[in-house]
Amino acid sequence: MSEPPAPDAAGPGPERTDAAGPDSDGPASAGPDSGGLSALLRDRSIVICCGSGGAGKTTTSAAIALAGAIAGLRTCVVTIDPARRLADALGVGRLTNEPKRIEGSWSGELYAVMLDAKRTFDDLVERYSADPEQAERILGNRLYRNLTSALSGTQEYMAAEKLYELNASGAFDLVVVDTPPTRNALDFLDAPGRLTRFLENRVFRLLLMPTRMSLKALTVATQALLRTISKVAGSEIVEDAMAFFRAFEGMEEGFRERARGVEALLSDPGTAFLLVAVPRRDSVVEARFFADRLAEAHQPVAALVVNRLHPDFGSGEVALSVPGTDPPIRDLPGTDPPASSGEVASTRPANLASRPELSPEDAARALAGMRKNLADFQALADEERAYLAALESKVGGTVVRVPYLSRDVHDLAGLLLVAGCLVGNVRSEGD
Amino acid sequence: MCRPMERARFCRQSKVLVVGGKGGVGKTTATAALAQMAADAGLDVLVLGLDDAGALPALFGADVSFGYDEALLYSGSAGQVRGRVITPDDALLEYLIDHGMRRVAKRLVSTGVLDVVSTAIPGIREILVLGKVKQLERSQAADLVLLDAPATGHAVRFLTSANGLMDAARGGPLRTQANEVVEMLHDPGRLQVLLVTLAEETPVNELIETAFRLEDEVGVTLGPVLVNACYVPVSGVGRNWIGDPEMLSEVATGQSLAVGEAGALRRAASFRAGREALQSEQVDRLSTSLPLPQLRLPYLFSDGIGPRQVAELAEAIGRAVEALDEQQPPANLRPSPPDSHARASDDEARRGTPPPAEAMLP
Repeated sequence: MSEPPAPDAAGPGPERTDAAGPDSDGPASAGPDSGGLSALLRDRSIVICCGSGGAGKTTTSAAIALAGAIAGLRTCVVTIDPARRLADALGVGRLTNEPKRIEGSWSGELYAVMLDAKRTFDDLVERYSADPEQAERILGNRLYRNLTSALSGTQEYMAAEKLYELNASGAFDLVVVDTPPTRNALDFLDAPGRLTRFLENRVFRLLLMPTRMSLKALTVATQALLRTISKVAGSEIVEDAMAFFRAFEGMEEGFRERARGVEALLSDPGTAFLLVAVPRRDSVVEARFFADRLAEAHQPVAALVVNRLHPDFGSGEVALSVPGTDPPIRDLPGTDPPASSGEVASTRPANLASRPELSPEDAARALAGMRKNLADFQALADEERAYLAALESKVGGTVVRVPYLSRDVHDLAGLLLVAGCLVGNVRSEGD
Repeated sequence: MCRPMERARFCRQSKVLVVGGKGGVGKTTATAALAQMAADAGLDVLVLGLDDAGALPALFGADVSFGYDEALLYSGSAGQVRGRVITPDDALLEYLIDHGMRRVAKRLVSTGVLDVVSTAIPGIREILVLGKVKQLERSQAADLVLLDAPATGHAVRFLTSANGLMDAARGGPLRTQANEVVEMLHDPGRLQVLLVTLAEETPVNELIETAFRLEDEVGVTLGPVLVNACYVPVSGVGRNWIGDPEMLSEVATGQSLAVGEAGALRRAASFRAGREALQSEQVDRLSTSLPLPQLRLPYLFSDGIGPRQVAELAEAIGRAVEALDEQQPPANLRPSPPDSHARASDDEARRGTPPPAEAMLP
C-alpha cells in the first residue's frame, strides 16, 4: 500500500514529502498500540464516560457502543442528554428508559437508552415496597416527586442504577454510560451512599418513633431546628417530610443492599472509567481533577479520549470531514492537490489570484494573510499537543485522539466515523 | 437616527447581568471581558462566581484566591472589577444569621436536615443565592453586578426556582424572599440575562431553546447574545476563494515559495474557510431564529487566556456595543400576544439582526 493515492500521483507536489515525513502521525492514532479502544471493548463489560460539558461525551459514548457492536458485541448505550440529537443520529424516533434496538449492518447488536431518572427511581420503589399501597404512598408524596430533580447526586445514582440493571439482565456484553455533566467525578461514585444517608436521616427517623420515645430522644436543639424550618418555610414542609419518611419505612434495607450492589459494580475490575476531554485548558484541568479523584477512589482511568484536535497542517494532515453532510471544505478551491496554475485558474472562478488586475501589493497582503493563518493554526496545534502531553502524563491508560470534525455528528455516518477513530482504523487523508 | 450606544450606557441599562451558556462556550471568559469593558467605561463592577471562583482570577492575572469575601481583580483608570463567590450554604448561613437563627444554622447542615428541606422545597438553594444577588443589587454594592451563571440546563432551573418555590412554600419569610427575587427577575432595569454561544450547531440549538424558555418560564429580559470565537476575516482566505500561494508569491515578489509551504498554506486556508462557512451558517441561523442583537467576539488562536486576551475581548465587546442601535427596544422574543406561535416575524428578525460586526475588522 505504498502507492500514493491517485490525486497525488497526478501532481506530485513538494508537500508530498512533508506528508510522508516522520511526524505524519495520523490524527486517530492511539499511542503505541494503535488498536485504540479495541482492547477495552473486548475486556470490559461497563464503560463510564466522564468529562466536562461540551467535550463530546454523549457522542463519544454512542460511538463506543457502536464500535462494540461492529466488533460483534451486544452493546447498550445509556445517555442522559435529553436533546433529540443522539436519537436522530442513531436514526430512531425516540429513546426511552428501556433499551431500544438500533438496526444496522453490524455483526453485533446495538441498543440505546435515554435515562429517565424519575422512572428508574419509581421502578426501584415498586420493586422494594412491601405492597402496592406502600409504593403508591411513596410515589404520590410531594417530597418524593422532587427527589430526582432536587437532591443532588440522585441523577447520578439513577444512572448507576440503570447500569446495574442492564448489566444484571445479562442481555449485554458491554454497557456504556454517558454521565451527567457534573463537576465532581465522585458525585457518581458517592451517589449510592448519599441517597441511603438521605433515606436514613436520623432526625426524621426519630420523629417517627412512638411518641413517648421520641420526646425523650429529640434533643432540645433538634426541636428548635424543626421549629425553625416550620417558621421559615411553612409547617407543610415538615409534614411532607414526615409523610415521606413514614411511607419509606421498611424499605431502607432493600435500598441499602441495592446501593451496595451498585457500589460494588462501580469498583468491579470489569468496569472502566473513561475520560473525555478537549485540548483546552478548562477541560484539561477538569480531566486531571477527575483522574485524581478516581485514583483516590482506587479507580484508575482506563482510557482518555481527546476530541476536537486541530490538524497539524505542516505535516500534511487534513481535517476529517463527516460524510453525508456536504462538507464545504471539499468544495472549495485550494484543497485540490497541487496543479499547474493554468488549470487552477480555470477551475477557480472566484479566485483572487486568477484576477488579472491583482497588484503585487494585494498579492503580498494576501500571502501575508495566508502565512499568518498557517502560523496561527500551527501555534494552536502546538498548544493543543502540549495540553495533551500534560494530560497523558497524568492519566495513563489508552489515549485516543479524535480530530476536529467538519460538523457536529448528527447521523449514523458521523457516528461510524468517530467509532472508527476510537478503534484506530481511520487515518487522515494526508497519510 | 442610529446613534451609537455608548459603552457606559449599555453597562448601566441593568444593575445585574446574568451571563449564561452551555458548558465549554467560554462563559467565564465572556464574563471577565464584559466586566473589564464596563470597568474601562467607568463602572465599579462586581463579578460573582457561583460555588467557586473558577478561572476568574487567572483571567485577570490576579494573584488572589477569593471566596465569600471580595477580592480586587482589575483596576483600570476609570473603574475596577472586584470578585467574590456565592455558595448556597454561605447564603443560607447568612440568611439565618440575619434572621436571628444563628444557633440552628450549623445543625441544619450537620444533621442532613438541610438536604431534606432542600428536597422538600426545590429551588431553596437557588433562591438563597438569588436572594443574595438581590441584596447586593439593592444595597448598591456595585454599579454593575455580573453573575457567572451555571451551564444552561441548570440556568433555566436556577432562574425558575423562584416560581417553583412560591408553589412549595406557601408562607413565611422564604416566600417573601422568592417574591422579591421574582420582582427583580421581571424588571429589565434591575436584571437581564446575556447568553453566550459558539457559532456551532449544538450550542446554537441549545441557546435558542434556552432563550425561549427563559422568556416564557422566567419572564426575564434577554440582552444581546455573545457569539464567542468568531473568525476575523483575513486577507488571502475568504469563504468563496482561497489565494493560490504560488501565484501570489510570483505576483508579489517574483519568487517561488519554499518546498512544502504552498501545500501547508493551502491546507490551513481551506480548513479556515470551511470553518468560517460553517460559522456564518450558524450565525445566520441564530439571527433568523432569535431576534436578539449579537455581540461577536473574535476567535483567539490561543487558549492561554490571560489579562492581555481579556483586554482584547473587552475592547471587541466595546466596539460591538457601540455598533448597536441604541433605539433598539428591549427584546421580546415573541411578538404580542405572547402565546402567538410565530417565534418572530420577519420584521422582528430583521430588526434583531445585528449589524455586521465591524468592530471585529482589523
